[in-house]
Amino acid sequence: MSPPIIEFRNVVKCFGQQRVLDGVSVSFAAGMTTVIAGGSGQGKSVTLKLILGLISPDSGEILVNGRDITKMKLSELNRIREKFGVLFQGAALLDSMTVFENVSLPLRERTNYRSQEIVDRVKKMLAQFDLDGHEEKYPAQLSGGMKKRVGLARALMLQPEIMLFDEPTTGLDPQITMDIYRLFFQMQKQFGYTSIIVSHDIPKVFNLADQVVLLNKGKMITFLSPEDIPLSMDPRIVTFAAETMGNIYSSRKMEQNI
Amino acid sequence: MISFVTRIGDSFLYLVRDQGRMGIFLMSAVMGIFARPFRFREVVRQIRIIGANSFAVIFFTAIFTGMVLGLQGYYTLRKFGSEGLLGSAVALSLIRELGPVLTALMVTGRAGSAMCAEIGIMRNTEQIDALECMAVNPFRYLITPKFLATIISIPILTQFFNVIGIAGGYVAGVLLLGVNPGAYYNGIEQSVVNEDINLGIVKSFVFALLVVWICTGRGYFVHILRNAGFGAEGVSRATTQAVVLSSISVLVWDYLITAIML
Repeated sequence: MSPPIIEFRNVVKCFGQQRVLDGVSVSFAAGMTTVIAGGSGQGKSVTLKLILGLISPDSGEILVNGRDITKMKLSELNRIREKFGVLFQGAALLDSMTVFENVSLPLRERTNYRSQEIVDRVKKMLAQFDLDGHEEKYPAQLSGGMKKRVGLARALMLQPEIMLFDEPTTGLDPQITMDIYRLFFQMQKQFGYTSIIVSHDIPKVFNLADQVVLLNKGKMITFLSPEDIPLSMDPRIVTFAAETMGNIYSSRKMEQNI
Repeated sequence: MISFVTRIGDSFLYLVRDQGRMGIFLMSAVMGIFARPFRFREVVRQIRIIGANSFAVIFFTAIFTGMVLGLQGYYTLRKFGSEGLLGSAVALSLIRELGPVLTALMVTGRAGSAMCAEIGIMRNTEQIDALECMAVNPFRYLITPKFLATIISIPILTQFFNVIGIAGGYVAGVLLLGVNPGAYYNGIEQSVVNEDINLGIVKSFVFALLVVWICTGRGYFVHILRNAGFGAEGVSRATTQAVVLSSISVLVWDYLITAIML
């Protein structure tokens, strides 16, 4: 197994009285795709924000490439953040900017490329995402699927080592969802990034996963692969599998009584 | 009883934390001026939005404020046979007090509320998080241009307010009520000194800082504001809070600066 690129060591995070992460220790291997699953409010998005240093844990260590980001200065943290690309749940495009301006933002802010080089690179990236001709549109003029593609194009502009996906297919219809998954495979093959995906889209999202992590009551349960889930005897996993991967009703009789 | 004491303690701690957050926010916004690359074009764009686009509001507020001052001043001064002092009364009221205060209040209502709502929505839709994730300093990128634009715009708008207000006083006093135009201008020339103009300028800079600090700060921290709620309601409450707090702060600091500088 590849060495961990991100590691949580006994991480605790509380919001008021609620203990969202309760001494979590987990590692994310380099080059692999990890899916974080779990019910709403179990701390999946909080885990992503902790990895990005957008919020700090109450205790514990978060190591990225072996360095604890909880003890870093902002300037050091920003250097670490350059390794990350993020696709937010709502794509988080800057709504006062056009598609072109959004996708070119990382290049304009983080590189010394000349403007013609930026234009060329952005056009090439937009073409890969089937977005050519939409450069001058604003986010409000785009469909949900297009917004996600623009968000993904922007996240990949600086060729990140690690990609974080926060609910990448929420709110999309099944066809667009499959398009996004196909893009995911294609881009991972091209850029070779490590990816961490938070998703409710179970079991479909497991097709992408090398490793699945289940968040339950502030604890993380790690599996080596999605295939281990149906074989597990752990009652938490059995309940999770029954609730997310099983039939809508537990029996035909129950279904008929509705 | 214990829960009452707990609530007071909790509110006090919240207040201390909020002041600390706002203090760090101000420092970060000021440090953003020195961060590179400097966003000159964005500053100019913000001057257009905050300053130039506020000119119509300032014009109408100033002209009618000047006319009311001319009208009220005329009838008050006439009781003492001192109509000739009308120009002096109008100009000093505007330059020392009404110009800076009303300009700041009008910009708060027109541009301050918009700044708060814009940043609040950006916070709620994870746009600010996205900037941070791209290692883009949100202060340099987003907040500092608004700070600079407001601090440049409000003092300039205040001077426009003063000039237009004096012209309004002229319309009401001289053209409508028949005060001698020479006496009106002579009154201004004889009574307005550099200290009055300096006082007005100092006030307008301080008010500009207060307005932009409070309005952008409330928007930036919309997700952790107490009792603000979430989503659209949160932004709406944060905007109301920003306008109310800015307006009160302008009036409180108006008194403090006047007391210190007079």
